[in-house]
Amino acid sequence: MDEKSGTLKEKKVVFVTVGTTCFDALVRAVDTPEVKNERIHKYSNSNGSWIIHSHQDLLEFLEIMCKFAGGFGKLLFACRYFPFQQSMDSSHNQTVENGPAVLEYFTFSSSIADYLKEASLVISHAGSGSIFETLRLGKPLIVVVNEDLMDNNQSELAEELAERKHLFCARPQTSYETIADMDTGSLITYQLGDAEPVAKLISRYLEFPDDKLTYVK
Amino acid sequence: MESSTNFVLLLLLTIGVVVTIVRILAIVYKRSNPKSSQPLSSLIVLGSGGHTAEMLNLLNVLQMERFKPRFYIAAATDNMSLQKAGVYEDSLVDKAGVDAVGRAEFMQIYRSREVGQSYITSIGTTTIAMAHALWLMIKIRPKVILCNGPGTCIPLCVIAFFFKVLGIRWSSIFYVESIARVRRLSLSGLLLYKLRIVDQLFVQWPQLKEKYPRAHYVGCLM
Repeated sequence: MDEKSGTLKEKKVVFVTVGTTCFDALVRAVDTPEVKNERIHKYSNSNGSWIIHSHQDLLEFLEIMCKFAGGFGKLLFACRYFPFQQSMDSSHNQTVENGPAVLEYFTFSSSIADYLKEASLVISHAGSGSIFETLRLGKPLIVVVNEDLMDNNQSELAEELAERKHLFCARPQTSYETIADMDTGSLITYQLGDAEPVAKLISRYLEFPDDKLTYVK
Repeated sequence: MESSTNFVLLLLLTIGVVVTIVRILAIVYKRSNPKSSQPLSSLIVLGSGGHTAEMLNLLNVLQMERFKPRFYIAAATDNMSLQKAGVYEDSLVDKAGVDAVGRAEFMQIYRSREVGQSYITSIGTTTIAMAHALWLMIKIRPKVILCNGPGTCIPLCVIAFFFKVLGIRWSSIFYVESIARVRRLSLSGLLLYKLRIVDQLFVQWPQLKEKYPRAHYVGCLM
C-alpha cells in the first residue's frame, strides 16, 4: 500500500462530496447487483481513471471530466454510505495494474477541509457549506445540481455563482454538452465576502457608538 | 340598566382594541428602541450546517462585549451547531477573558414539525414546541435576537414581538437571509418581512434587495 501511495503522490486528486441525506437515499435506491456490475464495467474506462459512484448522472459527468482532463490519479469520495465496497475491493487491484488510478472513500467526516486542500478539482453537491469551503481555498469547483432531490433553492446559489464565473454548474441532463468544453482557466477567483458592514448596521441600529473599534476577535 | 352595562363593555373593548392596534403600529413603524450603551443580552438562533457557518461568521465581527450574555438556541435534533458555537465561545474566552466577552448559554428547542411528519401529529408537536419556545423566551427575555433561518426562529421571533406589544421586553430582531437565497426569500425570511416582525432584514444578493425594498443589502457575508 505504501508503494502505491508513493507513486500516486504526483497524481491529481479529484474530491467528490455529496454530503446530504438525500443523496444517501438515492445511493441505497440504486444499490442492486445488476446496477453495480453494469456501473463498474461501464466506468472503468480506458485512460486509467476509476470512476464509481452511486449517482448515475454524476458518474457520467465524471467520465467526461476524466477524458477532458486526461485522467486523474485519485478520486476521493465523501458520502455516508458507499454501496460498491465489495465489488470495488475485488476489481480494485486489477485496475491498479492497468493504470495508476485509485479510488478512495470515507463515509462521514465533520470536516472536509483537509481533503479539499489535497484536491486539484472538487466536484460537489449544491450545498452552500461545501461550495464556500471550496471557493475559499481557490479550488476549481463543479457543482452538480440534482433537481429531483434537492431543495429547489440550492440550485439558485450554484447558478448565480456560475453566472459570475466562480464555478461550473452542471445539470445531469446537460452535463455532456456543457462540461466537455469547459476551461478551468476561465474561472474567476471568488472574492470572499465581508460580514463587517452588516455588523456595523446592527451596531448602529442599536445605537452603539461607531467610533469604538476594539474588536474582540 | 342592562344596555348601559353593554355600552360600557363595548366602549372598553373598543378602547382596548384601538390601544393594541396603535401599540402594534408604533412598534412596526416607529421602532423606538431604547438607547443602549450597556451590553445587551442576546439570543442567537442557530440553524444547521451552512446556516450556522454564516451566523458564526457574523458573530466573528460583532463586538461581543456589547452582546452579552449570549444564549444560543438550536433544534433538539441538531447537535453539531451548538458544538460549533461552543468552540467559538471557548476561543472568545481564551482571547479576551470571560469578563470582557461575557458568558454564554446553550439550549435546545423542540421543532414544531420534522420533515415528513404527518399533519395530525404535528398539531400536538407544534403545541409542545410553542410552549417550549414561550418558556425559553420567558427565561431569556433577550434584548437582541439574531437569526438566519430556518424555521426554528419563527416561534421565538413571534413571541418576542408579543413581548414588545405587551411591554414585557423590547427586543431588536435581526434576520440575515442565507446566502443560498438568491432570487426568493426563504419562508422564514418572508414571514418575518411581511409581518414586519423583524427590525432589520439583511439579504446577500442585490436581486433580493430589488424585490424586497425594506431589506438591507451590504454585500455577501461568506
